[in-house]
Amino acid sequence: MNTPFRAPGHGRVDRDTALSFTFDGTAYTGHPGDTLASALLANSVHHVADGIKYGRPRGILAAGAEEPNALVQIEAPFPEPMLTATTLELYDGLVARGLSGQGKLAAEPDTARYDTMHAHCDLLVVGAGPAGLAAALAAARTGARVVLVDELPEPGGSLLGSQELIDGAPALTWVDEVLTELADNPDVQVLSRTTAFGHYDDGLVLALEKRTDHLGAAAPAHVSRQRIWRIRSRQIVYATGAYERPVAFDNNDRPGIMLAGSARTYLNRFGVLPGSRAVVFTTNDSAYPAALELADAGVRIAAVVDVREEVPEHWRTACAERGIGIRAGHVVTGTSGIEHVTRAHVAPFDQGNLGERQGVDCDLLLVSGGWNPAVALFSQARGTLRYDAGIGAFVPADGPGNVRTAGAAGGTFTLSGCLTDGVDAARQALSAIGRTGPETAPPATAPLPGGAPTRVLWRVPSPQDADDSPEGAVQFVDLQRDATVSDVLRATGAGLRSVEHVKRYTTIGTAHDQGRTSGVMTSGIVAEALGVDVADLGTTRFRPPAVPVSFAALAGRNRGELFDPVRVTAIHPWHVEHGALFENVGQWKRPWYYPRAGETMEEAVLRECRAARTGVAMMDGSTLGKINVQGPDSGVLLDRLYTNLMSTLKVGRVRYGVMCGADGMAIDDGTVIRVAEQEFLLTTTTGNAAKVLEWMEEWLQTEWPDLRVHLTSVTEHWVTIPLVGPRSRDVLALVAPDLDVDNDAFPFMSWQDTSVAGVAARVCRISFSGELAYEINVPAWYGITVWEALCAAGSGFGLTTYGTETMHVLRAEKAYPIIGQDTDGTVTPQDLGMSWVVSKKKPDFVGKRSFSRAENRREDRKQLVGLLPADERVLLPEGAQIIATSDIPEPPVPMLGHVTSSYRSDALRRTFALALVRSGTRRIGETLYVPLDGRAVPVTVTDPVLFDKEGARRDG
Amino acid sequence: MTVETPARFSPLAEWQDRLAQSPAGFQVRELPCLTQLTLRVQPGGAAAKAVESCLGVTLPGPLRAELSGDVEVLWMGPDEWLLVAPDGRQDDLLARLRSAIGDEFATVTDVSAQRTTLALSGDLVRTVLAQGCAIDLDPRVTPAGSCLTTLLAQAPVTLVVHDGAASGVRLLVRSSFASYLAAWLVDACTEYR
Repeated sequence: MNTPFRAPGHGRVDRDTALSFTFDGTAYTGHPGDTLASALLANSVHHVADGIKYGRPRGILAAGAEEPNALVQIEAPFPEPMLTATTLELYDGLVARGLSGQGKLAAEPDTARYDTMHAHCDLLVVGAGPAGLAAALAAARTGARVVLVDELPEPGGSLLGSQELIDGAPALTWVDEVLTELADNPDVQVLSRTTAFGHYDDGLVLALEKRTDHLGAAAPAHVSRQRIWRIRSRQIVYATGAYERPVAFDNNDRPGIMLAGSARTYLNRFGVLPGSRAVVFTTNDSAYPAALELADAGVRIAAVVDVREEVPEHWRTACAERGIGIRAGHVVTGTSGIEHVTRAHVAPFDQGNLGERQGVDCDLLLVSGGWNPAVALFSQARGTLRYDAGIGAFVPADGPGNVRTAGAAGGTFTLSGCLTDGVDAARQALSAIGRTGPETAPPATAPLPGGAPTRVLWRVPSPQDADDSPEGAVQFVDLQRDATVSDVLRATGAGLRSVEHVKRYTTIGTAHDQGRTSGVMTSGIVAEALGVDVADLGTTRFRPPAVPVSFAALAGRNRGELFDPVRVTAIHPWHVEHGALFENVGQWKRPWYYPRAGETMEEAVLRECRAARTGVAMMDGSTLGKINVQGPDSGVLLDRLYTNLMSTLKVGRVRYGVMCGADGMAIDDGTVIRVAEQEFLLTTTTGNAAKVLEWMEEWLQTEWPDLRVHLTSVTEHWVTIPLVGPRSRDVLALVAPDLDVDNDAFPFMSWQDTSVAGVAARVCRISFSGELAYEINVPAWYGITVWEALCAAGSGFGLTTYGTETMHVLRAEKAYPIIGQDTDGTVTPQDLGMSWVVSKKKPDFVGKRSFSRAENRREDRKQLVGLLPADERVLLPEGAQIIATSDIPEPPVPMLGHVTSSYRSDALRRTFALALVRSGTRRIGETLYVPLDGRAVPVTVTDPVLFDKEGARRDG
Repeated sequence: MTVETPARFSPLAEWQDRLAQSPAGFQVRELPCLTQLTLRVQPGGAAAKAVESCLGVTLPGPLRAELSGDVEVLWMGPDEWLLVAPDGRQDDLLARLRSAIGDEFATVTDVSAQRTTLALSGDLVRTVLAQGCAIDLDPRVTPAGSCLTTLLAQAPVTLVVHDGAASGVRLLVRSSFASYLAAWLVDACTEYR
């Protein structure tokens, strides 16, 4: 299975196995170990995408995550947009196509699993190149808990793409030895295909592991496809390597133009020759090994164009041995070719002036403008950067005490330096957490001959500046955004001075690659244009995620039934079995209504309401918040938190109460029962249970710690069943034979402990409907038993179960407000027509002071009123605005208020609503209007209590 | 009309079969209807001493659990403990504690049905929990006797480590969250089946 562009004897791909794939409609083959990019190059496919703005052909610039050009869309086995061909592992059956900037999401749901895993360690090492491996090994030998994450399919990092020696043997032999030792250590976890993408406070690092992506359609369904690792580490070493940066010159975007180090990676890691005749353009020493190794593998190196006058003697010798000509003091000024580079334009470059250009034919133009340490994560960790003028790059300066870099990420580019750096970083990290252990010596590497410094060059002047260049020559900075040097200069010309502003003006660095190949170049070009030091200019800020992460991965298993916890009551199985439809109330699922076969919601709710008002009905009220208040000062606390007096409540009695915030606005309401002299039990609105408990604890702990009171949530200990209606007494009498249900013996707003269906129960006479009603409380385990006993006992009375919708209708007919529906944090008890619940006697309580504010005393506050549409069939939408005139005036329309609750009433035989209306109480009897579907619906303002105003029904 | 022995249903009664089908290395079962009492008392005071002498155990400090006979005392907060005992002990324990407390200030509340308890065991326990629990369950960090109130996935839980290898863990979860948590645990095992 050899092709002309596979180099014999090179690479780590399995050439005995062929993988079939399709790109842009053409079938190809590659091998396990290939990326899509390497397989395409092996098939001599260089034009993989088109520029997003100008549509120019684009090729493969890099071999890793820094790739700006080669974005692809996977079509099969499962559609996925915006992946870089250089990081996409090849698998059999892959169908992909090149993208011009934008992909498209799959139309069908992704059925793959995604999950999350937490991990903890003493030292997290990010990057398994020489520095990271050395750091992990040194740390592991001290007994530390180590996690090593690396984005590639196998550890080794840059060593996979080079031909360097460690301890006199190929470097990968050392890598294998290290991995074997790490694998034997139970306190070390090595995660390949795992990219750290975010650094957060307290040593939390998020990483994305691609677990089965590389298996394509063969991926097992029960294994998560991707996993988010949430790694908390006491110390972190970022050994994230460096990205090579290009140099801007005319038409520097053609397919066949590639970073020199990436070409070396394609040769050594994949056994791929990215061309047959290459020109190498460099500003530093690092392109020479690439040129030499490619030459040895059969690529004809037409020229090495080195901007520097001085080229180290050993590189001159090595090139001469291979017949490679070096053009020192030269630059590449531009290229020819449309679909593929065909020629490099080379010219002498002296003191910023270009000499006479000469064309050099090539199908591969390798570029090296130097190396930028990969400092994104270090920078996210609030590590500061400094500009190193020697290498023309920003390197780590000061990091927080738990974060450091090692190797090329810190600006160390030699193999021996990286290995030593890794060991040192691990030692420092462990020492910072007081851990010591055996010293690990870095392995030996071949001595390096002396090199020459990098010449910092951001862009080559365009010959077009001298007006002798063909039209249309463009110098690209950000290849993905199709942003050019001209765009940068336009930004600075418009007065922008900050690289952050230039970034947003030009969009440079905002693509999937986060400007890995364009960011520092932009800083350099801006600095030149403004005549300032690039060191002072800095870089744009690095933010997570450092690589694109899909929402599916971030969501993990929090989807479907696990999206958000579904809280259910003990009686929930019965509701399901009996066909209830459910309403979400916070995280609770509450029965909404129980439709019979063929019944609409409206019919079902009217039927349930009728049963409660004429017979007997019951609902599951278990979600009500319940707080037990105990201690000698319980009454004092409740007096201070409720607007009315609670301390005078007698044991055995129940009282309704409202809580206000310090601003005097109602925040919750409920009932309070006095269980014993020093014990109360109060209820809260379903959605407010936790909030009210915290509110009470806050006052108790921070303001009144002297009060001897304890609060205990008992919400879920009790199942609560309101039994409602004129026949409720009869039903209760059947299941509670020991209870004297007579009105005198068991009056309204009292409670009794008794046995209900053989279960010890607390029964309260409370009504949220205006009807004779009981609230039966039993420990939740007995919920279904008691519920079913009530069903049986009530069957002779037509007992009907009802849900939250009917509950709402019944309470609205009586104008019992729902905090949070009829109120919005700006409504006082007085606004609700409940001045009676605000004590005039108590010296103080939370909210009292605010009631005397001028704003609270205004007569034109919004007040709760009833609304009766003139047409009794019209159901006003909740939230509808209320206006004064039948003609809807031109905006701005004066709004008098809004509808807070609106229902069809069986008892009233019509629709009705509750509303908050400015000066509402004074307007009772007036006709107002509700704009609805382009017309103004007339409504009569009424007292909010629309049913049984005299309260004749509560005693049955 | 009375029911002779009223039937009780624990929050995970319907999950018994699904929980029983856990993979090798992960056993999970509900311990239904345990007695649970919330004790609120200032540590170190006369009331706390009375409680300790009644229970025969020193109230454990932060993040710890102590066992005394068949009553396990879980630290829930600076002045709050949860007493967990076998099914049916609530009336007896309440009476004994209230009598011991006498006129001192401490409160005991029956919350037995508020939470249910899951017993987890097996080699995979830490791995399964690590999918949704941010606490480091390495036994060197979280040894036996640790008692942590935290989130497992999106459910508030109290997690008690019962043996040193962290392979025996109790989870106490609010009854309303129990079926969510059970579904989460069953799903978390998908990969290990």
